Amino acid sequence: MISLAGRDILHSWGKFVFTGFGLGLLIGVTLVMAGVYRGMVDDGKALLDNSGADLWVVQRDTLGPYAESSSINDDIYRTVLAMPGVAQAANVTYLTMQVRKGDNDVRAMVVGIVPGASWGSPGWPPYLVDGRQITRGHYEAVVDIASGFRLGDEITIRRNRYQVVGLTRRMVSSSGDPMVFIPLKDAQEAQFLKDNEAIWQNRHRTAANPAFNRPGVPDLLDAVNASQTSSTSVNAVLVRIDASADPETVAQSIRRWRRLTVHTREEMEGILIGKLIATSSKQIGMFLAILSIVSAAIVAFIIYTLTMDKIREIAVLKLIGTRNRTIAAMILQQALALGAIGFAVGKITATFTAPYFPKYVLLLSQDAILGFIAIMAICALASLIAIRMALKVDPAEAIGG
Amino acid sequence: MTATGIVIEGLRKRYGEGDTAVDALKHVDMNVAPGEVIGLIGPSGSGKSTLLKCLGAVIDPTAGQMTLGGEVIYDNGWQVSDLRALRRDKIGFVFQAPYLIPFLDVVDNVALLPMLAGLSNADARERAIELLTALDVQHRAAAMPSQLSGGEQQRVAIARGLVNRPPVILADEPTAPLDSDRAMAVIRILNEMAAKYQTAIIVVTHDEKIIPTFKRIYHIRDGITSEEVGEGRPIS
Repeated sequence: MISLAGRDILHSWGKFVFTGFGLGLLIGVTLVMAGVYRGMVDDGKALLDNSGADLWVVQRDTLGPYAESSSINDDIYRTVLAMPGVAQAANVTYLTMQVRKGDNDVRAMVVGIVPGASWGSPGWPPYLVDGRQITRGHYEAVVDIASGFRLGDEITIRRNRYQVVGLTRRMVSSSGDPMVFIPLKDAQEAQFLKDNEAIWQNRHRTAANPAFNRPGVPDLLDAVNASQTSSTSVNAVLVRIDASADPETVAQSIRRWRRLTVHTREEMEGILIGKLIATSSKQIGMFLAILSIVSAAIVAFIIYTLTMDKIREIAVLKLIGTRNRTIAAMILQQALALGAIGFAVGKITATFTAPYFPKYVLLLSQDAILGFIAIMAICALASLIAIRMALKVDPAEAIGG
Repeated sequence: MTATGIVIEGLRKRYGEGDTAVDALKHVDMNVAPGEVIGLIGPSGSGKSTLLKCLGAVIDPTAGQMTLGGEVIYDNGWQVSDLRALRRDKIGFVFQAPYLIPFLDVVDNVALLPMLAGLSNADARERAIELLTALDVQHRAAAMPSQLSGGEQQRVAIARGLVNRPPVILADEPTAPLDSDRAMAVIRILNEMAAKYQTAIIVVTHDEKIIPTFKRIYHIRDGITSEEVGEGRPIS
C-alpha cells in the first residue's frame, strides 16, 4: 500500500516546508527557552564549581553569600583553618555592580580574593585562558572573557582603576554576569567603605557626639574614626576539606560555634537552584507551557485547514472503500511530518542562534529528545480534530445532488 | 429479470418522519443486465441522486430489495454489514467531475483501489496499466491529474471505476463537463468496457447528445421509475 500522506507531502512540499519552517521558528524559541533555563542552572553550578569550595561559612541564619547578603569578620578564616578536616580556607567577597571601561559599563560580579595565595586556593579562578593570576595586593584584576575586557585594559570599580592581568572563561554569577576578580582588600573597600562625603559627614557626627569626643580621652575620637574607615568584613569563608574528611562532619564542627552558618555543596546547590532561580524557572516554565499550547494550536489549525482542502478527496476515498483508519493514518502522518520538519528547523535555529544570546544558553541532547517526543505528541493530539472531521465526512458528498 | 447485474424491486426511500417526511423514492423497479449500459433520466429533484446513493450503498433505503452482481445487498430493512467492502469490490463510481486524487499520479489513482482490496502494489499497478491501455491513456500513466486534459481525466476516472472489476458501475453525469466529441468518446468507452468486462452500467444524465445512444432508458419522476426503449443510436 502506498503512503497517501507521503504522496500528499511530496505533492505539496512547498506548503509543508514553509509551514514547517514557521512552526520550526516557534519550536526554536521553545528550545532556546529550555536552553536559557539549563544555562541558568549551569551558571549556578559553575559558580559553585569555580569557587573551589566544599563548604561556605557565612553569617549566622543567612543563605549567603549568593542568595542573601552575609557579613562576617575576616579573621574567622584563621579559626576555621584550625578545625579538623579543613585543608584550606579563604576569605571572599561578592558584589554585583557596574564596572566601567571608559564611557561604557558592564554588569559584573566583583569577587574579592586573597592575592598571592597558592594556585587553586578557594575563590580563585581555577584556570586562565590568558595572562596570569593576581599577584599584587592592589589594582590588578582577572576577568571573565564574556565581560568584553582584554588583557591590559583598565577598568574602573568605584574610585579605583584596575589593570586586567588575566582572562578566564565561564566564570559567571548565578545570574550569568561575568566575574571580575580583584584583591580582597580592594573588594572590601569597594563593598563596605563609604565615599569621602559620607566619611566626612560621619566624622562630623561622631565628633559632635559627647560620648566619643570626651575632653579627658583625646585618643578616643581618633580610634572611633579609624574603626569606621576600615573594613574587616567579608561575605564568606570558602573552605576546602581534606580528601578523607566528610563535609557534613566538618560543617557540624564549625556550626557548633553557634554563631556561624555553614552550607555544604549540596545545600548550596539547593539554595541556588531551588531558591535563587526558582522564580525564573517558573517563569520559563510558563513560557514553555504557553509556547506548547500555541504550537499545538498552530499545528491543529494547519492540519485542519489542509484536511478541509481535501474534503472532496476524502469523500471519494471513503466512497471507493478506503478504511477510516487509512484516512486517519494519512492525517496523523502528515501532522507528525509537519512536527518533524518543524523540529528540524527549530533545532537548527536554536543551535545557531544560542551563542548570540546575552546569557548562557545550554542546549542539551536530552532536552532535544524530550522536545521531539513532546512535539510529536502535540502534533498527534492536534491532528485529532482534523481526523474527527475527516471521519465524519459522508461518502455521499462525492455523489452530486 | 437478470440473474446478475442490477436488480431493484419496489425500492423506497423516505427522509425524515411525521409531518416533515419526504418520500424521495416512492417506487423504483429497475434491472440492468451484465454488459448493458442504460440511461437514467429525470428532472432535478426527481430522485436520481437519492437512487444513486441507495445503489452506491451510501444511504439506507426505507423498503424494497436491491441485488448487485447476484448478491442481495438490501432486503426490506436488512442490509449487508460491510458497506465499505461492498463499495470497494462490487461498485465502480464515475462522477460528473473526475475527482482524481490530486497527489497521486495517474497509475496510482487507478491502482489505489486494488491496493485497498489487498493486491500488491506491483499487481495493482499492472492491472491499472492494463486498463489505462484499454482506455488509451497509458502514455499519461506517470502524469499528475493536474497535467491531464478534461477528457483524459475522465478516462482515468473510468479506469478507476473499472479497476476492481465490479459487476456494477454508477456513472453520475460523466459527460457533463465535456464537449460533444469527448462526451461521445466517454459513452463509447463505457459501452466497450461494459461489453468487455460484463459490467452493468447506469448512466445518470441530462445530456441530450448521448441520450439517443442508450438502448434502454429509465425515467424517474417524483420518485417513481418508468422504463422506455431507447433509440440505441450507433455511437459516432
